Amino acid sequence: MAVEVRIPTILRQYTGGEKAVNGEGKTLDELFDDLESRHAGLRARLVDENGLRRFVNVYLNDEDVRFLGGLTTELKDGDSVTVLPAVAGG
Amino acid sequence: MLTIDAAIRDAIIAHARADHPDEACGVVAGPAGSDRPERFIPMANAARSTTFYEFDSMDLLKLYREMDDRDEVPVIVYHSHTATEAYPSRTDISYASEPDAHYVLVSTREPDTVEFRSFRIRDGEVTEEPVTVIPA
Repeated sequence: MAVEVRIPTILRQYTGGEKAVNGEGKTLDELFDDLESRHAGLRARLVDENGLRRFVNVYLNDEDVRFLGGLTTELKDGDSVTVLPAVAGG
Repeated sequence: MLTIDAAIRDAIIAHARADHPDEACGVVAGPAGSDRPERFIPMANAARSTTFYEFDSMDLLKLYREMDDRDEVPVIVYHSHTATEAYPSRTDISYASEPDAHYVLVSTREPDTVEFRSFRIRDGEVTEEPVTVIPA
């Protein structure tokens, strides 16, 4: 169940500077738990008590997971997950 | 310090004027590590708002994939304020997520006055920097 996760610049402090890391999980939620076990602090930057953070975009392959199942989105071996902070402001 | 070609500065200002009174937004990409803003990429403001901007999530993915493929980074992230000064708002500061980018703010509140300023936004701290324009 290996999934590649692409990490944006601002979160590479949690991955020792790595642009991409590997993780495992049947769902996005499980994947984030797995990543947290090796990259402590990362999960809290992606998820809050309401689910995925509003201004963090997570994509499964070419789709925004908000339009799939959010944290319950199912993953399969070889999938690619991309994390990108929203570019937004007032 | 931000160093920028006059043509790119003018393109950012023209985009901001064209979208007024909504906020305009975009990126100027450049080779990774160069700090040179070279490729002007106007983006749609998915919020279509006079007080907020946000890149559409699919446009954002496409943009970052393209920059990755070309070994580019967002050297400038720009947006306009249409009724207030060209200074980062509290919202701008809280969502700023490119510590290595120059955040360019343009104000279109005065039709005849250009306000074009550049900032670093890191860990909630705003630092204004000088802008050097290279004439065409």
